[in-house]
Amino acid sequence: MSPTLLGISRALGAAAGLVLLLAGCGHAQTPVRFFAEGRPQHLSDWHVLARQGARLELNDRVVPYDLNTPLFSDYAHKLRTVWLPPGTTAGYSATDTFDFPVGTIISKTFYYPRAAGADAVARSYDSSRDFSGTGLDLARVRLIETRLLVRRKDGWVALPYVWNAAQTDAELARTGDELPLELVAADGGRESFTYVVPNENQCAGCHVTNLKTRSIAPIGLKARHVNRDYAYPGGSQNQLAYLTRLGYLSGAPQALEAPRNANWRDEAQPLEARARAYLDVNCGHCHSATGPANTTSLTFDTGTPLDRHLGLCKPPVAAGRGTGDHLFDIVPGHPEASILPFRMASREPGVMMPEQGRGTVHREGVALISAWIAALPGACSP
Amino acid sequence: MRQLGVVFVGVCIAACGQRNTATHPTGLSADEAAFQKRLQEQFLDAQPGTVIEIPAGRHALDRVLTLRANGVTIRGAGADKSILSFKNEISGPEGLLVYGNDFTIENLSIEDTKGDGLKINDGENITIRGVRVAWSGGAQTSNGAYGIYPVRSRNVLIENSASYGASDAGIYVGQSLNVIVRHCLVEQNVAGIEIENTINADVYDNEARGNTGGILVFNMPNLSQPGHSTRVFKNRVYANNLGNFAAKGAAVASVPAGSGVVVNSNSKVEIFDNEIGNNQTANLIISAYFSTNYYNKPGIDPHYDPYPRAIYIYDNRFAGGGDAPDGLELKALKLAMFGLNGHFPDILWDGYRDEANLVNGLPPAAERMCVNNGAATVLNADGPHKYHNPTTDMAPYRCELPKLPPVDLPART
Repeated sequence: MSPTLLGISRALGAAAGLVLLLAGCGHAQTPVRFFAEGRPQHLSDWHVLARQGARLELNDRVVPYDLNTPLFSDYAHKLRTVWLPPGTTAGYSATDTFDFPVGTIISKTFYYPRAAGADAVARSYDSSRDFSGTGLDLARVRLIETRLLVRRKDGWVALPYVWNAAQTDAELARTGDELPLELVAADGGRESFTYVVPNENQCAGCHVTNLKTRSIAPIGLKARHVNRDYAYPGGSQNQLAYLTRLGYLSGAPQALEAPRNANWRDEAQPLEARARAYLDVNCGHCHSATGPANTTSLTFDTGTPLDRHLGLCKPPVAAGRGTGDHLFDIVPGHPEASILPFRMASREPGVMMPEQGRGTVHREGVALISAWIAALPGACSP
Repeated sequence: MRQLGVVFVGVCIAACGQRNTATHPTGLSADEAAFQKRLQEQFLDAQPGTVIEIPAGRHALDRVLTLRANGVTIRGAGADKSILSFKNEISGPEGLLVYGNDFTIENLSIEDTKGDGLKINDGENITIRGVRVAWSGGAQTSNGAYGIYPVRSRNVLIENSASYGASDAGIYVGQSLNVIVRHCLVEQNVAGIEIENTINADVYDNEARGNTGGILVFNMPNLSQPGHSTRVFKNRVYANNLGNFAAKGAAVASVPAGSGVVVNSNSKVEIFDNEIGNNQTANLIISAYFSTNYYNKPGIDPHYDPYPRAIYIYDNRFAGGGDAPDGLELKALKLAMFGLNGHFPDILWDGYRDEANLVNGLPPAAERMCVNNGAATVLNADGPHKYHNPTTDMAPYRCELPKLPPVDLPART
């Protein structure tokens, strides 16, 4: 362990506030509070994220992280954090969600860079100006919602909070919410849509990844998703290594030996790896052997062989009009004849996939999957 | 008040007059949004023993109602009184989506969902009683796929229920075990009732009319289990002549308009004591997966059995039908064999059989198609040879099969 890394580890793990001081804030915050039961009405009750002046800041020991390839959510930017009670650690898994201890609080804040106009937000991948590693500049971003996943004695619970207009706090929204928004592209193009905050049962729609246990689990905190660098205030580091040094993670191998999904936007990486990473994180939580879409026998999680299990020449089962008049999920070489990109390119419930979590079309995602299908060899011949 | 009034109060302070606080983004009134919020909370809080009452009235909702608890009952005041309308649905796509055992839903209507009306995934001891699912615009491709849709479930009773306008199947039971569908009415769906990849199903005392196909017993490839052992009896299946309005590629898109009862690639199917009439392609169709458009080597599990086996047909009352088949090939076949004013026999078999498994030119005794149905005859359409050698010889079907036992569901309230 290098002296530099040790220093950061101590700063975050022991010397409370050093990072915040380095970032120029230094507000004394109430420690993170884990509620073993109940549903606190306000996000601020948890003391994970809090508004400090013109910024939304992370409390001490609340660690931000990113995914190699994230779930698409209507072009929202996401600030993800994890917090573990002092003295606890999560067990590493090469394939599954890390084994987090009781008391763990994971947060995901959905926000957009602002654009000109009421309810207008920017459609942009550029987060360089809205996230500094310790918090968000609220003059630049519109906060939408923060979802918490909390590990309690009996398992995980999901709690959605919706931010107020003044961006001072977020209120529990068990039944979800709907917000009119307008996406503004860099070229000035505008698209209106209704942003849907899921209700608690809809949270489970993605986070119940095993229909038999019916229990909720985090999705992103798996080795293959978080095995990447993050620009921490003290410098860029691999997230697995950082979490390990902080004591948050035990048993992880060196980053090079851990699985790693591709970054779907990195054109230097193979098309296939980018497409598979995209399908894994956007579809694989339902379309797996144990997930709710196992009724279709169509699987998109990592490790699915590149054959009918992944949809190649596979007739749909219960797609209804979601077929778009196409016969097979994927026709190699022919995205225009394949059901998969058709459903991705729809924003109509009953046709679109994923079924929830978006009200817009992910153009770049459709383009990626279409390009990958176009490059697939073979034919659906008798 | 709208959901999360606090958000709106905040907005109004920040930008007064820019938005009408009474208008919900999806067009629900304030009262409707409040009703939806209360109902959603009941679904979130449901526990074993909870009864969620749906009061009389037409209730507009814009989001799926999801249940994740065992032992819950959802009860309306009557299918004609308690109506959940999903015309404004923005997030779903189902109307009701249920993950739970020991579940009962009764006496209500579900209308105009973007996707399936009522979907129950991986449940045990399921009762659906007096539930009506409908698409108010009639038969349209843009309707949801299934009306009532239990899948991968065990011990399922569907009774006194109805479905209108499903763009795939009105009542669709998929990959399930031990199922009874009885006293139901299905109309203007592509498929009225479809039993697919299901083991042990009794379908009786139902009425299927005005669909593309009345009652279907199918096995699709690649799924969790192959189905077998379905009894279809005492049903009224007539005038299912509606033009097929399923999207191409949908499982039922290959069903010709004018199909009464259809068995595709399934086995141990017993069809008896039904009234089946005026279905203009044929009153009863027995077919293999090869007759769909979907067969291809790379996309189909090599262990999938595409042949219908052990089909037992007896004592049905056929009338009319077979006089105006759907599709050019069948039209030409009918014309060539039976003339302009003639009609197909009551039973149409596509002629595909497992050639590797014949004994003296016939399937083994336990796998034959047996017909003991008075004057009713079978047309072997010779599909494998592009209809070159169709025959009406009844000798291959003069046989008996052991009768299937009734489906026995555990007692329920």
